Amino acid sequence: MRPRTQRVIGFVAFAALVAFVAVLPSFVSDFKAREYSYVGIYLIALLGLNILTGYTGQISLGHGAFMAIGGYTTAILMAGNEQFGGPISGGMKDLWTLPLAGLVAGLVGLAFGIPALRLSGLYLALATFAIAVAMPSTVKRFEEFSGGGSGIQLFGTPELTGSISNVHVLGRSFTPNDWMYYLAWSIALVLFAVAWLILRGRTGRAFRAVRDSETAAVSSGVSLARYKTLAFGISAAYAGVAGGLFAIASAFVNPDTFPIALSIYLLVGIVVGGLGGLSGLVFGAIFIAFLPLWAQGQDLGSLLPDRIVAETQKPGGPAIVYGVVLILLMFVLPNGVGGLFRRIGQLVFGRRRYSRQD
Amino acid sequence: MVIVAAFADFMQQVVSGLAAGGVYALLALALVIIHRSTGVINFAQGEMATLSTYIAWNLTVNHGWSYWPAFVATLAFSFVGGVGIHRVVIRPVERGSVLRIVIVTIGLLVAINGFVVWKWGGEPQQLRSPFGTNTYDVGGVIVAANDIGTIAVALAIVVLLWALFQFTKVGLALRAAAVNPEEARLVGIRVTWMLALGWGLAALLGAVAGMLTAPAVGLDPNMMAPVLIYAFAAAILGGIDSPLGAVVGGLLLGVLLNLLSYVSQYGAFDWFTEELRLPTALLIILVVLLVRPQGIFGRPEVKRV
Repeated sequence: MRPRTQRVIGFVAFAALVAFVAVLPSFVSDFKAREYSYVGIYLIALLGLNILTGYTGQISLGHGAFMAIGGYTTAILMAGNEQFGGPISGGMKDLWTLPLAGLVAGLVGLAFGIPALRLSGLYLALATFAIAVAMPSTVKRFEEFSGGGSGIQLFGTPELTGSISNVHVLGRSFTPNDWMYYLAWSIALVLFAVAWLILRGRTGRAFRAVRDSETAAVSSGVSLARYKTLAFGISAAYAGVAGGLFAIASAFVNPDTFPIALSIYLLVGIVVGGLGGLSGLVFGAIFIAFLPLWAQGQDLGSLLPDRIVAETQKPGGPAIVYGVVLILLMFVLPNGVGGLFRRIGQLVFGRRRYSRQD
Repeated sequence: MVIVAAFADFMQQVVSGLAAGGVYALLALALVIIHRSTGVINFAQGEMATLSTYIAWNLTVNHGWSYWPAFVATLAFSFVGGVGIHRVVIRPVERGSVLRIVIVTIGLLVAINGFVVWKWGGEPQQLRSPFGTNTYDVGGVIVAANDIGTIAVALAIVVLLWALFQFTKVGLALRAAAVNPEEARLVGIRVTWMLALGWGLAALLGAVAGMLTAPAVGLDPNMMAPVLIYAFAAAILGGIDSPLGAVVGGLLLGVLLNLLSYVSQYGAFDWFTEELRLPTALLIILVVLLVRPQGIFGRPEVKRV
């Protein structure tokens, strides 16, 4: 298919996504809207992680830690940490903390990107995994700053928009759940477009060059140091915004809000969505938000045979389903949902003479 | 007198550090074997070890076996299980990208952990130590029988494994398949079976590590998660491709962490608390990766363009 056709399809698909996101709350219950807002939040984190891993080829198993940095930035700016003996008095409105959450996480990401330059492949995976593992106990250790193990409560604080009562925007009234849904998804869709803009131009080309061959990239004048750290920074900033939203949506942060499993599931999300593509990531986000529920035999999961559903009601059952589905997915969809789309596109529009990775 | 007592105390910490380090060394060795042959880091290594330990526990507690027969049966089961996992789950994705294999091992991690909880429940269980709970006084140093036994078993396994790799035909084939799969295939070595064998051996090492860990910390479904991280740190410290490095790295790490918490009681390094045990291990990973990525015993990676 010609690049132009591809671009038209891309625009149409994105417009359809925006329309779908806009009308969805009218068709589902208020409670479901909150669940779907988490899909938007995961989408933001996945967009960031895919810029780093899918487009630049740097594996990160530690993005949950960057989400934690964003989440704690938001929570501390809102509620302050004076009550634990820290220096920050808080009082900032939730929305305005989000750019700062992105900024702080992004700066930490840039800083981490510099030592990470020396690592590649599995070594980088392990080093980033180390950060994810260290995060909870480090947060607990610096109690006066973070509130320690008991965390920071945001529910009912005046800084949290839509904490208890409805929210009025542009002459319309939103329930707290719908408000959270629209907040998460409008940010997610804007950041989706931003990611597309970053990746289509010079910077994106440099990222892909680094991924495909570092040697070739350097010999064509692409600075490895510059683009790898930049990818880390952008990607961590995305994770920071996602973490800030996560804190707002949960109205609470503690060290267990961002467990090691979160970092792992983010990586799962981009692999399921398809590395080096944006469209599939929506499915990656749905996957990580809902597979735990489906594995418990709810929603789609109720389509499973009754005998299996009965077993999944026991503790441990859902985890078995989750793990097995994950392994099977890697067997049948090696390139994720995004790869499936590309394959369908090739079948419908005829084979391309050369394969484009993006 | 005070100095003597302090020294005895110190030695005690060293001995129990060596025991903990012996366990890290075994699991690190498992990681190194798989990484050398397949280039993969097996994130499910810890959970596989937990499953093995539960089987040993089940045999001794629910089926009335005595300890050592159950130990051997568990090793056999783990070996077969490791080979089976490679044949059924890993081989189909082996040719794809590294990330796919990583995700598959994560899937295994989640599924095995779920299986253990589903089958035996999440509450902690007690696997007794085969070495008893006696302590001995060796020149003023109090050492626990369990610690000594753990060190002995760990060292014995390491020596046996070394002999296997060094002196047997299978060991030679295993090494050949790891170093150069194409040429190994040309001289008639069945490379995929060698890889499966590597997974079997790694599972067996994990089983030993699990059975040695359980008496000290209590058997529960997440028992091996921190041990796996220490094993990562040990493997990186010694050099991810060096079996000797994994063993030395494990022992070093065990002693180092114990001594840190020991001296922190006396005011030195007083920032160190029990919560920081894990982050310290991770700090070691980061520092080693930055200063000497090949580890103590590894050779620097040379890439041809």
